[in-house]
Amino acid sequence: MIELKYPFSEAAVRGLKAGDAVSISGRIYTGRDKLHKHFADGGRLPVDFKDGALYHCGPVVVGEKGGYKVVAAGPTTSVRENPYEPDFIAKSGVRLIIGKGGMNDATLEAMRRFGCVYIQAVGGAAALSAASVKSVAGVSMLEEFGAAEAVWHFDVEGFLGVVAMDSHGGNLFADVAKASAKRLSELA
Amino acid sequence: MGIVDRLAELIRETSSSLPADVELALRRALRREAKGSSSAMVLKTILDNVKLARENATPLCQDTGTLTFFVDSSLRRKVTPEKIKSAVALATEKGWLRKNTIDSVSGRSYDNNCADGAPVIHYVECGKGERSGSVTLIMKGGGSENMSRQYSLPDSELGAGRDLAGVRKCILDAVVKAQGYGCAPGILGVCIGGDRAAGYEVAKEQLLRSLDDKAEDKSLSALESKILAEANSLGIGPMGLGGKTTLLSLKIAARPRVPASFFVTIAYMCWALRRRTIELSA
Repeated sequence: MIELKYPFSEAAVRGLKAGDAVSISGRIYTGRDKLHKHFADGGRLPVDFKDGALYHCGPVVVGEKGGYKVVAAGPTTSVRENPYEPDFIAKSGVRLIIGKGGMNDATLEAMRRFGCVYIQAVGGAAALSAASVKSVAGVSMLEEFGAAEAVWHFDVEGFLGVVAMDSHGGNLFADVAKASAKRLSELA
Repeated sequence: MGIVDRLAELIRETSSSLPADVELALRRALRREAKGSSSAMVLKTILDNVKLARENATPLCQDTGTLTFFVDSSLRRKVTPEKIKSAVALATEKGWLRKNTIDSVSGRSYDNNCADGAPVIHYVECGKGERSGSVTLIMKGGGSENMSRQYSLPDSELGAGRDLAGVRKCILDAVVKAQGYGCAPGILGVCIGGDRAAGYEVAKEQLLRSLDDKAEDKSLSALESKILAEANSLGIGPMGLGGKTTLLSLKIAARPRVPASFFVTIAYMCWALRRRTIELSA
């Protein structure tokens, strides 16, 4: 298990290989469909993603004692952000993208160029992910995007995942897709 | 406990407690995977999550999904759409459901998860008499719903004709196309025939069957076993990171069709198959 702590340096990220299990600690920000669309339409990013982590997640959050408590926070499907992510990586300086299902070749190429990796969180494992969120430091775009789409500022400890796409062109999903297509042709 | 509270409790239990048959299938899957593999790590994480969600009575998955209620007609006067909606609003307020209902035209959120058509409610004619009845809830997330698919046979691209061999090709194609995107290991509900709408409805209803249930029709139950084994030989694995468990279960049903149409409809459900039934007096 490799420990990753915010801020995530380019050197630390370049050292990761597809297949590595990682445990993430420190600040991560959620952002999904509406944030990406907003960014692509020329909108300003509400937080600084430089050397940071973007989590494709629409959490269940409840208000509690003047603050927020995370009830469920698993990953959402990342492919929907394919059209926007290469540009997002290039312009924001983000180092970790956490989600599920992987992303396309253009995103992999941007990861190679700018030093970023894709981390597969376990889809649906929302209670466990929520338990690793130690506090909610804030939220941006809550009014504009709604609770499931807002940019939540999470401080996490021991958030688990697997590096599925690295900054050297390694892509577990592509390997599996290729092998399964080959097996399908054998079955047919 | 009033009926609204009882239904809200059903929502909370469905959202937080994975059914025993699904959990058992996940445990069996973990035993099959190699120790130290990413597939074993993913399954272990899933099982830890199942335990934690049940203990804390919090949602297993943050996508609390589309809620579909099946209510026996004997309960029509007790379990009204208004009562169900009140329960959904209450469960949302308590954080048992995500604010998960979006107006498709304006893009705004219905913050209590209630709208015209949300939740989905079906009253089912039952032969149980008037004294009692059951309420079944299934919650299906969007990630898996996006992997559901419908084929129209013959399909020249797949080389699939209008027979069970063609049906098999469609199902395997759907599994390969889904990869890990629908949160594998998945559970498939399949409908052969029907019109397009019935296909999706009946396919989804198969997800209510217990995982050890076999189709009554011998040729369908044989097809279920054969395709399940083949799908698990594809190597897609939990969350698509590779491994021996791509599907936990596969359920097939058939409906009549018109001569001109032959649909094969596949409802892809993630490992978090959240379904629960309660019995109520009328």
